[in-house]
Amino acid sequence: MTPNPLLPALTARARAAAHARTSGCPCGATVTLADRPDATVVRHADTVAKAHAPDLTPADLSPRLTAAARLPGLLLPPLSPTPVDLHGRLVSFWPHGTPVDPTDPDAAPWEAAATLLARLHRTPAPVPLPPMRGPAKAALALARLRTTADGTDLAAGTTAVLRAWDTLPAWARAEAPQPDTTTLCHGDLHLGQLVRHPAPDGSWLLIDVDDLGVGVPAWDLGRPAAWYACGLLPPDEWSRFLAAYRAAGGPAVPADGDPWPALDIPARALAVQTAARAITKALAEERLLDEVEQSLVDACDRMAAVPPELAHGYAK
Amino acid sequence: MQCPKCRAPMHTYNRNGVQIEQCSGCRGIFLDYGELEALTRLESQWSQPAPPPPAAPQAYPAAPQAPAWGAPHGGHHGGHYGHRRHKSFGHMLFSS
Repeated sequence: MTPNPLLPALTARARAAAHARTSGCPCGATVTLADRPDATVVRHADTVAKAHAPDLTPADLSPRLTAAARLPGLLLPPLSPTPVDLHGRLVSFWPHGTPVDPTDPDAAPWEAAATLLARLHRTPAPVPLPPMRGPAKAALALARLRTTADGTDLAAGTTAVLRAWDTLPAWARAEAPQPDTTTLCHGDLHLGQLVRHPAPDGSWLLIDVDDLGVGVPAWDLGRPAAWYACGLLPPDEWSRFLAAYRAAGGPAVPADGDPWPALDIPARALAVQTAARAITKALAEERLLDEVEQSLVDACDRMAAVPPELAHGYAK
Repeated sequence: MQCPKCRAPMHTYNRNGVQIEQCSGCRGIFLDYGELEALTRLESQWSQPAPPPPAAPQAYPAAPQAPAWGAPHGGHHGGHYGHRRHKSFGHMLFSS
């Protein structure tokens, strides 16, 4: 693989930012936390620098950073609400937090995640924000799948994923505005989006504001809901998550009774998005889907036979 | 107590006076000697004309609701969580 030319420059910036914060930096190595087309993230001591997606503009990012700076009990606050330009990429700086341990399912902070989401959804947006980008990201994943699968024999599962996508209402495919334009949402919730700050045992906070915005709050519950529906998240963990969200007064689902009329569309959309990404990745790596990925494609296959609960909630 | 199948911890529930252990991972159920018979006996009492109202101070946890397109075992007492759990956890639950 070609090394990312952005990395040395970003590393230098992270070092400089870390040294500006503390005079006695132990000055170990700078660690690359992520290096993907849409984000490069490095850490030096207690400072993290993130180069955001190439297409992200200051108008997209600045209000989101400001929102994070103004909601310190919910979102990890950036070191500065103003991003800097580095070789045409916007870069933001953050304090380091301790992430969720991906090897220890029993320690996953389901209650903390749900409570943070409920509080976020109940908080008025502190500055005017663009729409939450969840549906747009799902549409992007489907567009990539179409491009990747095009010209080859349609990869196994692609037809099921495309058919399931077609059952979704226009707003969930980012082809119409979301039916909620005021509720503050994270937009990309998964277990990699929580850190303890101050490290290592401070409060859990949400990170990654790139998709933060106003929209349908059930979208933020959609991934855990989809994981549960696809058999990837055990029922008791899903129950704990949902109960904690309700206990904290989260508005995305009714306080009691069946939550699925509210969750159905986002959970479908996120299962379809995840399946699309899995197939795209498997095609690029010239391999078959693994068991976990296949369970998402299987869910897409079943979705086409059961149309969304049109009578309920946001399915319009 | 550890589940003999998937090694996850097992929790004890009291169902109509019968102690049963359920695995927190794969949801499998372990019955001690005589407990199956005790449950069968209770079941036959239930089908009699005037069954006593069930007292459930420690209710057996019902599976949460699931959508119609969910996995066949999703939301029910399926036994596939244990072996898949660790794999899906680190692999799927941490990415966009």
